[in-house]
Amino acid sequence: MAQQSSSLALRYGIIAVAVGGLALLFYGVANGLGQGRVTAQQFVDFQEGGNPHLGFRRAHAKGFCLAGEFVANGELSAYSSATIFQPGATPFVGRISIGGGNPTAPDLASGVRSLALSIGDKANLRWQTAMNTPPVMPVRTGQAFFEQMNAFRPDPETGRPNPERVAAFLAAHPETQAAREWQASYTATESYATETYNSINAFYLVNGRQRQAVRWAAVPQAESHGRGFEGDRDDPNALQNEFMARLDVAPVVYDLVFTLATDADDENDPTVRWPADRQQIVAGQIVIHSATDQSEGLCNGINFDPLVLPPGMAATNDQILQARSSVYAESYRRRAREHFYQQGME
Amino acid sequence: MSTITTYSLAARIIHWAMALLLISLLLAGLAMVQSLEPWHLTLLSLHKSFGVMALLLAIIRLALRLSQQQPDLPASVPHWQQRIAQLSHFFLYAAMFAMPLSGYLMQSAAGRPVSVFGWFTLPNITPISMELYGFLREMHALIAWGLILLVLVHIGAALHHGLIKRDGVLESMTGLNFSKEQKPKD
Ligand code: HEM
Ligand code: HEM
Repeated sequence: MAQQSSSLALRYGIIAVAVGGLALLFYGVANGLGQGRVTAQQFVDFQEGGNPHLGFRRAHAKGFCLAGEFVANGELSAYSSATIFQPGATPFVGRISIGGGNPTAPDLASGVRSLALSIGDKANLRWQTAMNTPPVMPVRTGQAFFEQMNAFRPDPETGRPNPERVAAFLAAHPETQAAREWQASYTATESYATETYNSINAFYLVNGRQRQAVRWAAVPQAESHGRGFEGDRDDPNALQNEFMARLDVAPVVYDLVFTLATDADDENDPTVRWPADRQQIVAGQIVIHSATDQSEGLCNGINFDPLVLPPGMAATNDQILQARSSVYAESYRRRAREHFYQQGME
Repeated sequence: MSTITTYSLAARIIHWAMALLLISLLLAGLAMVQSLEPWHLTLLSLHKSFGVMALLLAIIRLALRLSQQQPDLPASVPHWQQRIAQLSHFFLYAAMFAMPLSGYLMQSAAGRPVSVFGWFTLPNITPISMELYGFLREMHALIAWGLILLVLVHIGAALHHGLIKRDGVLESMTGLNFSKEQKPKD
């Protein structure tokens, strides 16, 4: 009898371990088991800072929608089989934005300006890119980027970043040097139309078996007068209004310039600028015809995930690039949910 | 009254294949939406491709289920437990369809193509809409947790039949009938 009941206990034990173990496994994996130290959710939580602007992007929240076309000249078709690079025009939906999570931030207050494009209307041939004014990243991993955000977080008492924390971070991250040098040399222009926007991360152009690492930039055709913004500096939408006024007169045009890496360049490292003598190819022009408020425009529903690439292009293993894709998806999930519940963003 | 005590070989194969597939898809889904690592994208595209496979298997499975005889639960199982078993099986089938369908439709609502192992691409069949994406994305996660709960209860019940009651119910799906000579306990 005793033997039988102990074997019964054993059999109940087996069931408990099997079911409980699987339950624990699901619970653990859902709560970060096997993940690196930072997850996409933690990133977006940080960006929200406990006070999300419901319905808006958790980064680059302030912006407006664009419509236009990418007019390719065919110069890139030797490197990439993507139909977008064949000579001809492909329509795009785009967005110009500034860095930061505040959808009503003054245009002139932000240090980062951005241009995002979703080119082509066939889902499986689409190319998306989200470009910023800096040409390099300060760090090369999502983890380090998270540490950077923490180090530069304004101190609740002073309202400015804590200098000791910043110094400690910079000392631990010498790879920030190129980004800091660029920062020191950069002055914001008077218009979104006269900025250069960089892919920062590298990608591959693919044609059959041939693969070429590249970065690209949208280089303005309009020349900057170099005196900075001269209109009403108190207008929170100063740059947006300036841009729309320009469009009333003529389209805003950028050259899309590709820079080709050599074997000496590490395409997975976004913290290093490639030397100036690298071959450059103008693939065509980005022509912006019209702009609309983001609450009305088509760009609002788009997650400008930089890993939406057509056949003929491919992602590198740049860890920042890969991290962006999952963080954007989490931000998109949250604001899509809020749109479904009709919260925020009137 | 069913005349068989074991599921057909086809039904057993598809049962165990899908068990493995669904648990893998659940774990992969939960892990990939958090990860910042380069494997995240590979896992995501495998998730979508195998997710579509799961939908095809679910269709085949439902067809088998509707066209073949099923073994009955033994008479020793009380009526209320039989009802619960039926109900849980109904929800398992519902989840087997709702899971991949919500995944496919949410990608469609986001305007994302769903490529199956690079062999073919599913058409986008919904309007592109952030509201619709928001709804389907939440459904995908909600149904996943419902499915996890069902799977745990299901495994617990199956093992209870197999190890405690020893009434042949577990064997009807494993096909391993070594408990035959051991008379059912009660
Ligand atoms: C680890 C680093 C980064 C993180 C965590 C991050 C995070 C985010 C998030 C959460 C969004 C909102 C996405 C949405 O809801 O649709 C966003 C938007 C954006 N990001 Fe990043 N980002 C990173 C690096 C970069 C880099 C390197 C660039 C430029 C090359 C960039 C350019 C942009 C642009 C242009 C947008 C706005 C796109 C739009 O207008 O919708 N980001 N980012
Ligand atoms: C039986 C089949 C499937 C199961 C069990 C499953 C399970 C899951 C789970 C558990 C998650 C994570 C949810 C969360 O934590 O929020 C997830 C995410 C996801 N699933 Fe599935 N899935 C299935 C089929 C599919 C299919 C067929 C597709 C698309 C064709 C798909 C696309 C996705 C995508 C894109 C995500 C991530 C969304 C994001 O980035 O926010 N799934 N899935």
